[in-house]
Amino acid sequence: MDLTIVWFGIITFLFIGYFVLDGFDFGVGMSLPFLGKDDTDRRVIINTIGPIWDLNETWLIVAGASLFAAFPEWYATLFSGFYLALLLILLSLILRGVSFEYRHQRPEAAWKRRFDAMIVIGSAVPALLWGVAFGNIVRGVPLDEGFNYTGSFFDLLNPYALLAGVTTLLLFFTHGTLFISLKTDGELQQRARRLATRSGILTIVVAAAFLLWTTLAYGSFWSAVLSAVAAVTLIAAVLANARGREGWAFGAMAATVAFAVLSLFLSLFPDVMPASNNPANSLTIVNASSSAYTLQVMTWVALISLPLILAYQGWTYWVFRKRVTRAHIEGAQAAH
Amino acid sequence: MNEWLDPLLLSRWQFGLTTVYHFLFVPITIGMALTVALFQTAWVRTNKEKYLQLTKFFGKLFLINFAMGVVTGIVQEFQFGMNWSDYSRFVGDVFGAPLAMEGLLAFFFEATFIGLWIFGWDKLPRGLHLATIWATAVGSILSAYFIIAANAFMQNPVGYDINEAKGRAELTDIWALLTNKVALAAFPHTIFACFMVAAGLIVTVAAWHLSRNQHLDTMRPALKFGLWMMMIAGALTVLSGDSLGLAMVQTQPMKMAAAEAMYTTSTGADASFSVFTLGTPDGVSELFSIRIPYLLSFLSTHTFNGTVEGINDLQAQYVQLYGPGDYTPTIWVTYWAFRWMIGLGLLHIVVAFVGLVLTRRKSALGARLLAGRWSRWIWKAAIWSFPLSLGAMIMGWVFTEMGRQPWLVFGLLKTADGVSPNVSGLEVLISLIAFTLIYGTLAVVEFKLIKKAAQKGPDDLPEPHPETGVRRQETTVY
Repeated sequence: MDLTIVWFGIITFLFIGYFVLDGFDFGVGMSLPFLGKDDTDRRVIINTIGPIWDLNETWLIVAGASLFAAFPEWYATLFSGFYLALLLILLSLILRGVSFEYRHQRPEAAWKRRFDAMIVIGSAVPALLWGVAFGNIVRGVPLDEGFNYTGSFFDLLNPYALLAGVTTLLLFFTHGTLFISLKTDGELQQRARRLATRSGILTIVVAAAFLLWTTLAYGSFWSAVLSAVAAVTLIAAVLANARGREGWAFGAMAATVAFAVLSLFLSLFPDVMPASNNPANSLTIVNASSSAYTLQVMTWVALISLPLILAYQGWTYWVFRKRVTRAHIEGAQAAH
Repeated sequence: MNEWLDPLLLSRWQFGLTTVYHFLFVPITIGMALTVALFQTAWVRTNKEKYLQLTKFFGKLFLINFAMGVVTGIVQEFQFGMNWSDYSRFVGDVFGAPLAMEGLLAFFFEATFIGLWIFGWDKLPRGLHLATIWATAVGSILSAYFIIAANAFMQNPVGYDINEAKGRAELTDIWALLTNKVALAAFPHTIFACFMVAAGLIVTVAAWHLSRNQHLDTMRPALKFGLWMMMIAGALTVLSGDSLGLAMVQTQPMKMAAAEAMYTTSTGADASFSVFTLGTPDGVSELFSIRIPYLLSFLSTHTFNGTVEGINDLQAQYVQLYGPGDYTPTIWVTYWAFRWMIGLGLLHIVVAFVGLVLTRRKSALGARLLAGRWSRWIWKAAIWSFPLSLGAMIMGWVFTEMGRQPWLVFGLLKTADGVSPNVSGLEVLISLIAFTLIYGTLAVVEFKLIKKAAQKGPDDLPEPHPETGVRRQETTVY
């Protein structure tokens, strides 16, 4: 098989991994003001992702570096073209990451509130902007013959891309509340469940509009099929949550995110960044890709590393499979 | 166009600023991962409480620093595409490979096992938990190798061909890329320097407590350990720096000439090492200087009558080779960065040596000095270990990157040709201001938190269960 297709698949896989995993991190962060009644609750919520947010975020770094290695033109066009949007994402990720580590360093309520606010903003902004960015990729952006983006930051804020952004925001929000419901117990879990139901219904409405628009305007047969699957798993997630089956609900939601990302990538294929002004300027898996030799080397690296990565990351999730409880947090509180 | 809105200049400032900033955290992460792993190993093997206390204490300092290293690292990777898209298009085929290998083979590994280590105290058996910090240390060192291999390509491009049709460099030999002689020399130099920085941090913290006569049971062994590590890592940094210097002379002679601000080609005794020079920065007139004859010849060629090429000759050669242009880096930056790197590094070794002599168990002189009126100054000097080593490290990078200018990839692509053509000066100015403000604020917060945690000292361990005698393993939570 042609290695450019293999690498399109690997990049898709890495972005699926990133959005499924960091997606619920964003949701967990955003739900703090809705679910965190007191400081212990907020600490429980943050600690559900404590051991894993860093490795989840690493999926972005690996996806970015793999894009650089396998499709340098795609990487260069995307990152320079979406300069200010990516800047906002970067700043958000910085604020969010340090806040996890900093908020518990001092006991004052004002100190904690400041970092809680940064966690919320640092989670919401990327959740919105990743949708906007991918919406624009699917929709196509103006590119010149050197594949440089010729639009401005505000051109990115078109209705379709904004709808994509709101969709990812809601999708990740629901994803996060389902994760909290899976990882906590007692009253907090019940509140998370109720919130997931409400945000889930809203997500279904918005996502349906987005998937319909995508399928009609930019979709192919297969992306339409996958969109339909994503819609079904989304509804399944909300139903499972309503019945108190949080494991199934979370699994179905993860599948929704995965199928939605897969559907977006498939609607692109074989383009990777379609040019809206002139199809001749579009970046495709062929003209964006690295040389055959580089792809060969990187394929070996990926073949060896990806199974290992999945194994040790799976093991991590297994080690931290237990629910985080208030007792657990309060027991450790004495240590600080 | 307004000269303040030059995207090239602003992008260079932004890349320099964010890289130096990121690199304040990297050596601490790499060095501390190993140190904490060693303390924890000592605890697992001897069961002595002090080692567990040290593991937890330095582990805490390590963690406050780690989050910053991670989040500022993402900025580094994104910036190649954001600000240097023409560079990315030109070298992505070659340069992207080690970056992706770093992510797939090392960084995932490090990020996963650090999470297991931090939060796994009460969830993993003792031996397995120990293995997770070693895995973190190995991951961070492996990660450094790939990044340095990528950087070495910019210093000394190997393993590639130029594809004229596509107008880019293409990888032809991954093995050549990964065994670039600059990478092989720069890797040990960087890693040992990272250990120097971690050792400096340990000595600084231990000396601060000891000078106040507190936490003696943990801080005495910490000081001893730190001083030995400073000494050994310092010596290895010097030795590896010497081989890196040789590789540099062979691959980038201009950098060595710029390090010495040496304009004319010199041989033997004339190829002297300038310890200190006052004069005009262009080297035309010299007011005062201290020089060591033969030393530059020896450093550059490992012989006493070697010839070291000067800036003027190299400039003329490069004009012949690459066409008209200025091929000289900013001399005052390279000259002083090189001196500060060596000076601070050597001072660091002196501090370690004096410290080791004074703290020898049977040293009567040491006992007298440490109890006498000079003791305050001796402790003060020890407390400065960390900034010394970190300063040397940063100066080393400033030197190696500024000494590469005007090239982005030596001999292949100039910095001016790598910048993103479609990113406006205003956009870069916005991001530069945003990064400066946020990084500046976080630096203050970070410094205060680390200082507070360091000054608090190691926590007492929880009492063992009265009946079973088992000590509850404390878990870490946010």
